[in-house]
Amino acid sequence: MTSASQPSGFLRQARWNPYLVGASIGILSWIVFGLVDKPLGITTALTGVAGACATPVLGADTVSANAYFKQHAFKWDYGMLFLVGVALGGLISALVSRSFRAEVVPAVWRERFGPSAAKRLAAAFLGGALVMFGARLADGCTSGNGISGSLQLAVGGWTFFLVLFASGIVTSLVLFGAGRSAKN
Amino acid sequence: MNFLAVTPPVSGSAALVAAVVLGAVFGVLLHRGGVANYNVIVNQFRFRDFTVLKIMMTAIVVGGIGVLALNSAGLANYHIKPANMLGVVLGAAVFGVGMVLYGYCPGTAIAAAASGSVHGLVGLLGTVAGGTLYALSFPWISSHILPVGALGKVRLPDVTGVPAIVWFVALIAIAITVFIVVEKIERRAPPSSSS
Repeated sequence: MTSASQPSGFLRQARWNPYLVGASIGILSWIVFGLVDKPLGITTALTGVAGACATPVLGADTVSANAYFKQHAFKWDYGMLFLVGVALGGLISALVSRSFRAEVVPAVWRERFGPSAAKRLAAAFLGGALVMFGARLADGCTSGNGISGSLQLAVGGWTFFLVLFASGIVTSLVLFGAGRSAKN
Repeated sequence: MNFLAVTPPVSGSAALVAAVVLGAVFGVLLHRGGVANYNVIVNQFRFRDFTVLKIMMTAIVVGGIGVLALNSAGLANYHIKPANMLGVVLGAAVFGVGMVLYGYCPGTAIAAAASGSVHGLVGLLGTVAGGTLYALSFPWISSHILPVGALGKVRLPDVTGVPAIVWFVALIAIAITVFIVVEKIERRAPPSSSS
């Protein structure tokens, strides 16, 4: 990586220093709080998407009668456009660093559960459902509670952060075992 | 705590443009930070890769000190969510199970799906199902779970009496200690989850 000192080299690096990235997310939150008067968050807007997707399945009457969907009705507002931005950012970043590639079964999963795509996709679907249900129950995800909540020293944010890590560690012990085998 | 009486510097349609730009910056940071990667996230919980912890703790300390300064200067409002303790504890526990199974959280999943993760995209369909399930169970949850241990929009300085600045001094000390320890661990066993 001799090109690391040139700006274009930096932009093409597949990974940036995690402390630099963390500090940048911190500074991004200053801008978001100060400029648009919002916290950094994802899942509140995602609830509107769920409502919009649920409408053809459950029927418009069921969705519009639901107090929670009514509270979080889908609209192209700040939160929703922020999600569009995150997708755009992920895409641009992957293209510029030339790291865009289709991944169905990631390495760590394959090592433990084998190459079955059906198995992995089923687990991802279930995991996604749990993540969203949990985020709504806690009123925020890793961004809204874990980062935005914690950086404001919110009691809920820190509780979320600590319980999330405890739960994740126990879950990974159950799924992957404790073995620290000599790995690849 | 100070409150802005005026509208934020950027509002209306300018805020909508800002949303896309700020979201894109967040998406780029998540992707280049390596956290739009299943292996990196799962290996955090297996203590084999500490990227997630490094990013989150740095973001909390840097972000928190800045937002505290902005708020003290009357330039930013706090946005505290109500601490419904039973809901937060149960929600975070379920979230942790889901995050290891999925390998993403909602934000990193969006960045990952946009950069080619097919299972990330399928999991986003799962989040739609999970959100719908929550909305349908909301009447019961809002009367049976959310009121339990509802402390309101409280901050650590409110419940402990310890000022925010002291919390941040302590957090900086904790963060530096944690970073020294995890760097030592990673030097001994470099994370294999970079790809």
